[in-house]
Amino acid sequence: MSAAPTVAATERAPPILRVDALKVRYALDGAEIAAVREVSLDVAVGECLGIVGESGSGKSQMVLAALGLLASNARTLGSARFEGKELLGLPLAALNRIRGSKLSMVFQDPMTSLTPHLRIGVQLAEVLVHHAGATWSHAQRAALDMLERVRVPDARRRLRQYPHELSGGMRQRVMIGMSLMCEPKLVIADEPTSALDATVQAQILALLREVRAQSGLSIVLISHDLGAVASLAERIVVMYAGRVVESAPTMELLRAPRHPYTSLLIECAPSLHRPRLDRMPSLLGLPPSPRDAEIGCAFAPRCPRVTDRCRVQRPPLRRIDEVAEVACHHPLAP
Amino acid sequence: MSATLWRGAAERLRANSAAVAAIWLLAILVLLALAAPALNPNSVETLDWSRVAYAPGMAHAHWFGTDRLGRDLFVRTFEGARTSMAVGLVAGAVSLSLGLGFGAIAGYVGGRTDYLMMRIIEILSGLPLVFFVIFLTVVIGRNSYVLYASVVAVGWLTMARIVRGQTLSIRRREFIEAAVAGGAGPVRVIWKHVVPNVLGPVAVYATLMVPQIILFESFLSFLGLGTQEPHASLGTLIAEGAGEMEAAPWILLAPGIFLALLLVSLNVLGDGLRDAFDVRETA
Repeated sequence: MSAAPTVAATERAPPILRVDALKVRYALDGAEIAAVREVSLDVAVGECLGIVGESGSGKSQMVLAALGLLASNARTLGSARFEGKELLGLPLAALNRIRGSKLSMVFQDPMTSLTPHLRIGVQLAEVLVHHAGATWSHAQRAALDMLERVRVPDARRRLRQYPHELSGGMRQRVMIGMSLMCEPKLVIADEPTSALDATVQAQILALLREVRAQSGLSIVLISHDLGAVASLAERIVVMYAGRVVESAPTMELLRAPRHPYTSLLIECAPSLHRPRLDRMPSLLGLPPSPRDAEIGCAFAPRCPRVTDRCRVQRPPLRRIDEVAEVACHHPLAP
Repeated sequence: MSATLWRGAAERLRANSAAVAAIWLLAILVLLALAAPALNPNSVETLDWSRVAYAPGMAHAHWFGTDRLGRDLFVRTFEGARTSMAVGLVAGAVSLSLGLGFGAIAGYVGGRTDYLMMRIIEILSGLPLVFFVIFLTVVIGRNSYVLYASVVAVGWLTMARIVRGQTLSIRRREFIEAAVAGGAGPVRVIWKHVVPNVLGPVAVYATLMVPQIILFESFLSFLGLGTQEPHASLGTLIAEGAGEMEAAPWILLAPGIFLALLLVSLNVLGDGLRDAFDVRETA
């Protein structure tokens, strides 16, 4: 767990990514589905921001929307600015100059995210040829360096192999390497370890930490696994039902969660250090359907602190101390 | 569709003795079509008035006999085969490229574009093609371009459908999404990521398409819409032969047997390839 001494210093600098009132909606069979109700967040230069939430909380949809990667029936509203430049509605050619070079993405499943018919070396080198106009021989050398940098053993041989000849962990290293080929300012990692074994997960997270220490890039780490996020991120944003419910520095959030949902989420995380329980604690009930209209707090039906007010009035996200924001009428005391 | 798939397919194909026999037969037929006319002193056009509708035999220069104009059938059969194969190959390749491009774009872009493109395919496949070819022949006159164009007009439609189907099955795969996220535009994604990965099943269909095209060319030539005299294709030779079937059956037999062997070998090879790729399993 790395607390960030640099955050305070960089906070005044303009954020590398500013998502403002972003909404994602799908029109499906006449019904409107709100995948992301409304999200605003900033990613500071050099910061690692973790985004945590259950499946369907809209965390992936939010970043996919910012990158213009949603299906064609999605409607995106709001704003997503990368280095001050609006990404939403940017022409495809301009977007493609940013995607994969200054702003790159690492996907969940390394088993299927590499094109099966091309050698690893070609796929890595191509990024540089395509985006930076590098020559093939230069790009090939850069690919080899990159494989060594992401600690793929026997890199020279791996370059000539096809994706199926590599293990899942190796492929995720390659994917991370590919995302770093053009020295991006921001890497968005969408559940980068969810498809991997626990030990490999730890290695990949360590690799991300190392890469970040070397190049000082910003990372957005999306996961449903609070533990994985906490080991890397300085700040964590908790999403529920398409909205941000809490945003706080990692240590604060883990030590003193303000939102009842965050608190329950932390309790539900399995731990080896806790005495064994007969039952794993779990959240009762299900998150509301994105089809339903929003009345009151989305978490109200599952919340232990619920009051009548919560059922009718939606709590806005508000700053409650100098570091944390929470969307709750009855936040927990620190 | 990875390199191992191609390698594995090659191995499975080698284990299939029927397919291997078909490859050998095909090689022999191609070689014959290319080399055989040179073995014989006669030319396609020379008329030998002293030996009209002569029976085959090794005693004279007309090993397969002559037709009713005294032209040597040995040379004409292999010349005709050459024409038919050329049409099969060229029209096959053009249909393949057209179908591949059209199908991949329709499948990848999707939505309204896909809808429109597929309706175009349906309208085109609804047209009575033979009528269309007769119409073209009347307007433009008989030349080999009309022949190629009309053969392609049939071939590419099914190819486009097949490629579109394959594209739809891979377009939501993560590596496509990763390529888009990596800043690849639609053209690049289609060319670098979609097309190479649909080639396996497409290769299978292409081998099965070539005999269809050869057959269609023969059919057009049989009707007198295709290859023009003095040039021959298997279709025109068979048409000629069919007229003299009772008096001089060899005129029909030589090109007929060649066409049959060619079609059988191509079809067996196509089937072998389909089994080797096992399209249903990998698609």
